[in-house]
Formats: sequence, structure tokens, C-alpha cells
Amino acid sequence: MTRSPTPDRAGPTRPGRADRTRADRAARTRSGPAGLTRPGLVWALPATAFFTVFALVPLALVAVLSFTTWNGIGAPRAAGLANWTALLHDPVMLKSLWLSALLTALGVLLQTPISLLLGVWAAGHQRNRAILSAIYFVPLLLSATAVSVLWRALLDPNFGLPAQAPWLFGDGNLLGSRDGAIGVLAFVGAWQWTPLHTLIYQGSARAIPQVLHQAAAIDGAGRLRQFWHVTLPQLRTTMVTSTVLMVVGGLTTFDTVLILTQGGPGTETTISAYYMYQQGFKSFDFGGASAIALVLVVVATLVSLAMVRLSGYDAMRAGAEGI
Amino acid sequence: MSHPRMPGSRTGRPVRPNYLAGLGSLLWLGIVGLPLAVLLTTTLRTQSDYATNGPLTLPKRLTLTNYTDALSQGFAQDFVNTCVVTVSVVALVLLLVPPLAYTIVRSRRRSVRTVFRVFLLGLAVPAQAVIVPMFYLISKAGLYDDLTGVVLPTAAFSLPICTLILTGAMRDITPELYEAMAVDGASPWRVFRQLVLPLSRGGLATIVVFASLQAWNGFLFPLVLTQSDSTKVVTLGLYSFQTEHGVNAPGLLSAVVLSMLPVLGVYLFARRALVQGLMGVGGK
Repeated sequence: MTRSPTPDRAGPTRPGRADRTRADRAARTRSGPAGLTRPGLVWALPATAFFTVFALVPLALVAVLSFTTWNGIGAPRAAGLANWTALLHDPVMLKSLWLSALLTALGVLLQTPISLLLGVWAAGHQRNRAILSAIYFVPLLLSATAVSVLWRALLDPNFGLPAQAPWLFGDGNLLGSRDGAIGVLAFVGAWQWTPLHTLIYQGSARAIPQVLHQAAAIDGAGRLRQFWHVTLPQLRTTMVTSTVLMVVGGLTTFDTVLILTQGGPGTETTISAYYMYQQGFKSFDFGGASAIALVLVVVATLVSLAMVRLSGYDAMRAGAEGI
Repeated sequence: MSHPRMPGSRTGRPVRPNYLAGLGSLLWLGIVGLPLAVLLTTTLRTQSDYATNGPLTLPKRLTLTNYTDALSQGFAQDFVNTCVVTVSVVALVLLLVPPLAYTIVRSRRRSVRTVFRVFLLGLAVPAQAVIVPMFYLISKAGLYDDLTGVVLPTAAFSLPICTLILTGAMRDITPELYEAMAVDGASPWRVFRQLVLPLSRGGLATIVVFASLQAWNGFLFPLVLTQSDSTKVVTLGLYSFQTEHGVNAPGLLSAVVLSMLPVLGVYLFARRALVQGLMGVGGK
């Protein structure tokens, strides 16, 4: 058991944890290094090995496969830069990146205001707010598959809602036009994921010290000014986390597209993640699909990192997706 | 907008109910609740009733035939398969994550911190990105169209979030308790069994709920790693039902309701574990 000269911490500390770290350090000094038996590296080994084999190796393999041709049978053959040059000149690929960006942006613009307002509202401890929050949560329990199947049935032009409410849906064939299909994808995504972001904002809004609101109220700030000058600034870091989640989630949307639009009409909703699936598992061009996958990973990582950097907040530790 | 009770009580002004926010919340209730209500009523009506009267009317006559039809059309087998996958994934996560989280919290080795960083980075890697190499590896291992081949990657991709949640819970154990056990000369294994595990029960419950939710709702790995009816999971069952009998909305939506029943049960009984965990994802 060695002691490093500078007191170190296991992993990044959250703000507000400083006190505990200090106490921890004090405790260590008191009992001395020999007094504490600590688990060795071997404890972390099984999980690390498992994660390496089933997540890190595949990730590395994506890069390798992007330089090969493979039709799913037999062995992949080296192909040099062929997949990459093909990708560069592929109009569908460029369009799919633009569509991914568009759909992600629509998702952020749609979900952020709704989940922010609902989350701050739900942070109050009133009974009716608790009941409504419990209902808001339900879409999050459904799989993306179930959500897409549900909306596909509800939006059926002949038997679904459009047939009964023409004043809202026009001619009813929403998925038949480019704008309609993109709108449906953005709406269904928001329907499913707004509850998650509402919950995140609710948790953070509850953590705002009441003193701040009390002080503002004594200064005569009304509800709106308190929201603008106290609540919003306090939720800044949460906004970064929530937006990173939305961006990564938006760039990798897949189930919704497969079930609702199959990338159509034409290729009007063929976003990158769906295009990758199509190239690989429908056209059996697994080398090309790997190249698209690598582009997706790089773009998602870069966008997340850029947002974290720009906002000056290291939120990557909370950048979880796929709940 | 946020704390309507409080400012009033402090400044002596009466509290004004926030009508605007109330209205907005009811509007959202409609957007969330109406589709869910239609989902439920549609499953309780006959197919011809749905075709003639549409989704927004009430059923003429209540029937459960849609549910029995869905179950007899192979959905029961899908259910069993999904249960097998979910239980296996949860077992793997419970076997792997607690020792890892314990080491991350207690060890002071540089290498352990590097391991933790790798897992944090893993949070940002979407499962979509690895489906091609996963298909390659699982086929090579002879696990294609085998539920084991679905379990392994699903478990691997729930490790980062579960590790994050459980380390958070384990950090809340005070150093004094470790110290007390160290004075007694306890081995790391005894500390783990008698102190760490009992005191992180809340965190363990949360990762169980998380891992099972991810396994139950998983679609992508089963889609690319299985093909037979005998290995079909619930989400795939919904997808193939939709492509084959999409016009039978009552039958299809019954399958949707059936697919979410277990999750709804977990929500009702373990709501705290789930909500606390999800709230924690946002961090502070």
C-alpha cells in the first residue's frame, strides 16, 4: 500500500463533496496507511475484462472493419480506403448527416423548454403536482419500439386519429411528406424523452437552496423574475447535461425511424444511424456500415466534448444515455 | 413559478396559485394521457368496432380477445425469452458492478482511477455504433441467434451507468465505518460483505431496476443478433407483429400493453429506486 505525495481522490469529485474529501483525508492521516485494508486491483478485474471484450474491442473493431469489405459471410477482406472514398461521394450519407443534425436540433428545441418548465413546476411538493408527475413518467417506461408502434397505429391515415380529426391533421397522410415525417419523428421523440429531462430538471430544481428564492422575494421579485434570475442560472449545469443527453440520443435515434418511416418517403428521413443499419444489415455492405458508424461515434463524441468545454462544465461523467 | 408556498409565507403576502403553470401542466397531461387512454381503450374493443368507429370513441362492447389472441400468436414465447435475457443481464450486472464500484471508491491506485475514467467514457458510446463488429464477434463465437449472444453485449452496455450509480451510493458510506472495521483487522472481503453491501442496498436496488429496464426494452442487439421465432424477444415480437399484421391495431396495441405490464409493475413497487436513479443522472 503506497501513499502518493499528493492526497488523491478516487475519481472526479462533485462540487459540494469537498468537505467529505477533507474528512476522508483527515481520517486517513489519523489511522495511517497500514490501518486500512483496501481492495486491490483484482476486484476491478472481472468487470473491466468483460467491458473490454464486449464494448471496447467492438469499438476498436469498427475502425478496423471500416477499411475492409465484408458481406456478412466468410472473412472480411482488406479494402484500403475504398469505403471512405465511397462515403465521401455518397449523396445519401451527406444528406443523412444533415438530417441527423436537423432532427437533433428539433429535439433540443422542442424538449428543452417543455421539460425545463415542467421540471421546475413539478419540483413543488404539492399533492396534485406529484400525481401529475407520476403520469408524465409513463412514456419513459415504454420501449422505443412500443412507443413507435403505438404512434404508427395512432397516426394511421385510415383508421387512426387523422381520420377523426381532419382539422388538426389535414389530408392525414403525415408520414407521406418530408416535413410531415420529420415532424412526426421529432414529436414522437419528444413524447418519449421529455419525461426523462423533466425528471432531471425536477431533481436539480429541488436542490436549489430555498434561501435564494426567499431573498429574491424579500427584494420584491415576483414569480417571473425569480424564475429568470434565480431558478434559470441555478439550472445552468443541468441544462448542459440534459442537452448533451439530447444530442447523443438524437444522433443515434434508430428504432423510431425503422418503425415509423423506414427512412422514407424516399430517403427524406434516412438519418445516419438508420443509414448505417440499412447499409450493413439490408445491403450487406458491412465495411461501408462500419465507416458510417465511426463517423457517428466521432461526431457524437466531438459534439458532447465541445458542448461541455464551451459551457465550462465537466459534465461528461453524467453523460448517460439509453435509459 | 417554482416555490409558490414559500415566498408568500415569508413576506406575509398571500400565495397566488400559479394558473398559467397549472394550465400548461394540464395541456401536457392531455398530450401524454390521451394517447395512453386511446392505447388502453383500443385493446378492449373488437377489430371491426375500431375500424368503423375510430380510436377516439368508447368501445361498444368490452372484450379481452385481443389479449388472448396476442398471447396465442407466439407472444407468450417472446415473453419467456425476454425474462431469460433480463434475469441473466441483471445477474451479470450484480456480479460485476459491486466489486468494481467498491474498488473505485476505496482503492487509491492510479490504475483504478484510469479504469473508472474508461467506464465514464463508455457512457458516451452509443450501442448503435458497435452493432456491426458485435454481429461479427457474436457470429464468430457461434452465439448468433442464441439468447446468450444478446445477454453479453446488453450487460456490457449497462455497466457504465450502473457503475456510476453504485459508486455514488457507496461514496455516501462514512470513512469512520471503514476505519472501525480496519481496526478490527477486517479483510477487504469482510468489509465488502458486512459493511459495503448492506449499506448500499438503495444503490443496488437502483441498478437492478436500471439493468432490467434496459434489458427488457432492448431492441437493437436482439434485432441484429437473432432471427428465429424461438429466440425472439418482446420488442422484436412487437416489430414483426407490426410489419405482418399492422392493420390489426387492437391486437397490435394489446401486445404493446402486455410488453409494458412488467415494467409498470416495477414502477409501482420500486418507484423510488427508479426515480431517484434517473434524477441522479442529471447530476448537480
